[in-house]
Amino acid sequence: MLRFFLTRLLTFVPTFVGVTLISFAFIRVLPGDPIIVMAGERGLSEARYQELREQFGFDQPLFVQFWDYLTGILHGDLGMSYVTKKPVWDEFFALFPATVELSLCAIVIAICLGLPAGVIAAVNRGKFFDRALMSTALVGYSMPIFWWALLLIIVFSGTLGWTPVSGRIDLLYYFPDATGFMLIDSLLSGQKGAFASAVEHLILPSIVLATIPLAVIARQTRSAMLEVLGEDYIRTARAKGLAPVRVNGLHALRNALIPVVTVIGLSVGVLLAGAILTETIFSWPGIGKWMVDSIYRRDYPVVQGGLLLIAGMVMIVNLIVDLLYGVINPKIRKR
Amino acid sequence: MTLHTFLTTSALALSLASAAAAQQTLVYCSEGSPEGFDPALYTSGTTFDAAGQAVYARLVEFKTGTTEVIPGLAESYDISEDGKTYTFHLRPGIKFQTTDFFTPTRDMTADDVIFSFMRQLDPENPFHNASGGTFEYFNAMSMPELIDSIEKVDDLTVAFHLTRPEAPFIANMAMDFASIMSTEYADQLLEQGRPDLLNQQPLGAGPFAFVAYQKDAVIRYRKHDGFYREGLPKLDNLIFAITPDASVRYQKLKAGECHVMPFPNPADIAEMKSQDGITVKEQEGLNVGYLAFNTQQPPFDNPKVRKALNMAMDKQAIIDVVFQGAGEVAKNPIPPTMWSYNDAVEDDPYDPEAAKAMLEAEGVSDLSMKLWAMPVQRPYNPNARRMAEMMQADFEKVGVKAEIVSYEWGEYLDRSKEVDRDGAVLLGWTGDNGDPDNFLGTLLSCDGVGGANRSQWCYEPFEKLIQEAKTKPTQAERAKLYEEAQVIFKEQAPWATIAHSKVFMPMRDEVEGYKVHPLGLHIFTEVSLDK
Repeated sequence: MLRFFLTRLLTFVPTFVGVTLISFAFIRVLPGDPIIVMAGERGLSEARYQELREQFGFDQPLFVQFWDYLTGILHGDLGMSYVTKKPVWDEFFALFPATVELSLCAIVIAICLGLPAGVIAAVNRGKFFDRALMSTALVGYSMPIFWWALLLIIVFSGTLGWTPVSGRIDLLYYFPDATGFMLIDSLLSGQKGAFASAVEHLILPSIVLATIPLAVIARQTRSAMLEVLGEDYIRTARAKGLAPVRVNGLHALRNALIPVVTVIGLSVGVLLAGAILTETIFSWPGIGKWMVDSIYRRDYPVVQGGLLLIAGMVMIVNLIVDLLYGVINPKIRKR
Repeated sequence: MTLHTFLTTSALALSLASAAAAQQTLVYCSEGSPEGFDPALYTSGTTFDAAGQAVYARLVEFKTGTTEVIPGLAESYDISEDGKTYTFHLRPGIKFQTTDFFTPTRDMTADDVIFSFMRQLDPENPFHNASGGTFEYFNAMSMPELIDSIEKVDDLTVAFHLTRPEAPFIANMAMDFASIMSTEYADQLLEQGRPDLLNQQPLGAGPFAFVAYQKDAVIRYRKHDGFYREGLPKLDNLIFAITPDASVRYQKLKAGECHVMPFPNPADIAEMKSQDGITVKEQEGLNVGYLAFNTQQPPFDNPKVRKALNMAMDKQAIIDVVFQGAGEVAKNPIPPTMWSYNDAVEDDPYDPEAAKAMLEAEGVSDLSMKLWAMPVQRPYNPNARRMAEMMQADFEKVGVKAEIVSYEWGEYLDRSKEVDRDGAVLLGWTGDNGDPDNFLGTLLSCDGVGGANRSQWCYEPFEKLIQEAKTKPTQAERAKLYEEAQVIFKEQAPWATIAHSKVFMPMRDEVEGYKVHPLGLHIFTEVSLDK
């Protein structure tokens, strides 16, 4: 087990270096010079332009810039945003809880609805419910998030007035950030109605963000279940006269869960990608929106730092999933 | 927590909540996050709204809703005979804001004014590099070359000595970069070793005091009780709810979650106007959208060719389709709301036949050119790609083939400056200070060739007029010269002028006293809520 753990950890290192290189190169391959974007239509004189280039270190050869960036990372320094002049770390940590809160709610919704839906579809294979569910999942999977979000806002906020339009809480409530998690902070604030307001604000964005993972989990659960349901031991269990709930729930689902766990782990990447659009449209102040703004502004340190941190998170989650896998299924460790 | 403290704190929270309800709190759904809170460091309107206009005040100000310069923190100013010295007489008893992070002990003096400019002018000033920032507007307005020295005459009098007479100077002093900061607050920050906080916790003498900012989410302000203008501001609290998507802003306005929203989708405006509870205010924007020919490249070095292409364009159709009616055809390079606008100038008529004949007469046949379309939406051009396609079709009719090209915005701005660039470029300009020089000088002077002058046009008779106009002390004398300059501009046609757009501001009916600002700023000093 220890050996498995160490090998996995070792492969982590080159992947991480690869990601730093890609995130560094990616933003520089994009056309657009941050200094010119900063100045806009107003423009800069040539002398001023050179002065700014020097100040930001763009006059250095690329490999020198990359080296500075790498050594910075090793010292735990991701650099400073060109735009706000604040350390990338500080900005990340200020915005990260909002993204975590939203993503957790979304993944909980996706699991709570996706698992049962997949199981029921598998058990009713080929029947109306199965078909209806699977076509809905296909629609959900291919739904453009931006459009879907706007549709929900127009129907549930604009027309019906059931949910707030955007943001994390009614702005008339004001209390300092304690944890950065609005659900917790609103409770701590002791202000009447604040928690309810925070919950209301979470509903639409977490539904939107849950849509794709929900569809993926439902489909994956269904196919894993179908595979397991065809196994001999299930037939045996059925032949023994066990109740269908016991067969499907206990025997089949438990074994079907292994690939599903992987899918849930992989959904973290999907969630973060979805968060970029969801946060933008719901004015949710998280890292997704932060990244989008920074790409537009060619804010190199934020884009590369942000990419690195996001990639790091996805990798850590995948590492944990792999390790869990090793625990659940000992066969994998042997390979 | 004992039961007693629990009860008292919840009672306190409840009474605070009801007190908050009785106060006037306006929520403004702003379009983006400010880059910071030091208006001198940035060039975007979003930052000026959040910092320059809400928190700070200046020596002179633009009268709300106009480009007229009126007294601000200075109750009056004199200009010396030679036009090189501006002396400002400060209002006595100007208070800086009291906040959680700073309590002023004295009123504003000449020292504060000097500090506000010296930190931008003097590289040795401890605040010059405090935020790693650059003073782009200060530089763009040529302040480092223009200001020779700043002199404290006495506590309430400051003299700016300039290196040359510069009539637009007074309008520049009403711009956001000229916001007045507190030296005392700056000293406190230096003592704490945190000069960078000046950009994060702003403190000025403006209408609203900064309370808190949650990145990408919300900015909170409360009324500055010591504001120098009697009875203002009327609001007790001002909240910026940062909402980048225009459709979402509109839904929030409809739901009553915000009172005012900027930058609506043009397509939504008709519906907004018919909504109960929503009023849409509108005003001509101080801007111009244009097509700049490269006047240094044949055949565009020939004014007749440029004029012919101008005549080939159906500009009214462009206004109808691209601006959806929210604009008007431009004939001059400055907008009609600006002083010195020459209404006697006549635009070349839309006449494809005549245009074709003119091109033939100049020996131009089988012309194929590049037509540059901007990749971004701007106030002066909501859809450059669509506009370019319409022009392409118009040019086709006179036998000119246009190929539409586009680049990423930064690339676009950069490449379009090149003197040997080919074709014609769609671009535009929004005024900074309501001075005609800000258009004619910035965009069409010989200095601007290879820079902001995208038509690479350096024309002696025009240049002479605009340079002379800058040195004349009275507006009447200047206006005369600018009017002449516009006549020459039309004859030479370095640009095809296309449009001046309208600015729309949807708001709830209960918002009173809001005026749309021609410079694109969003100001709440005189606004109140009528419930």
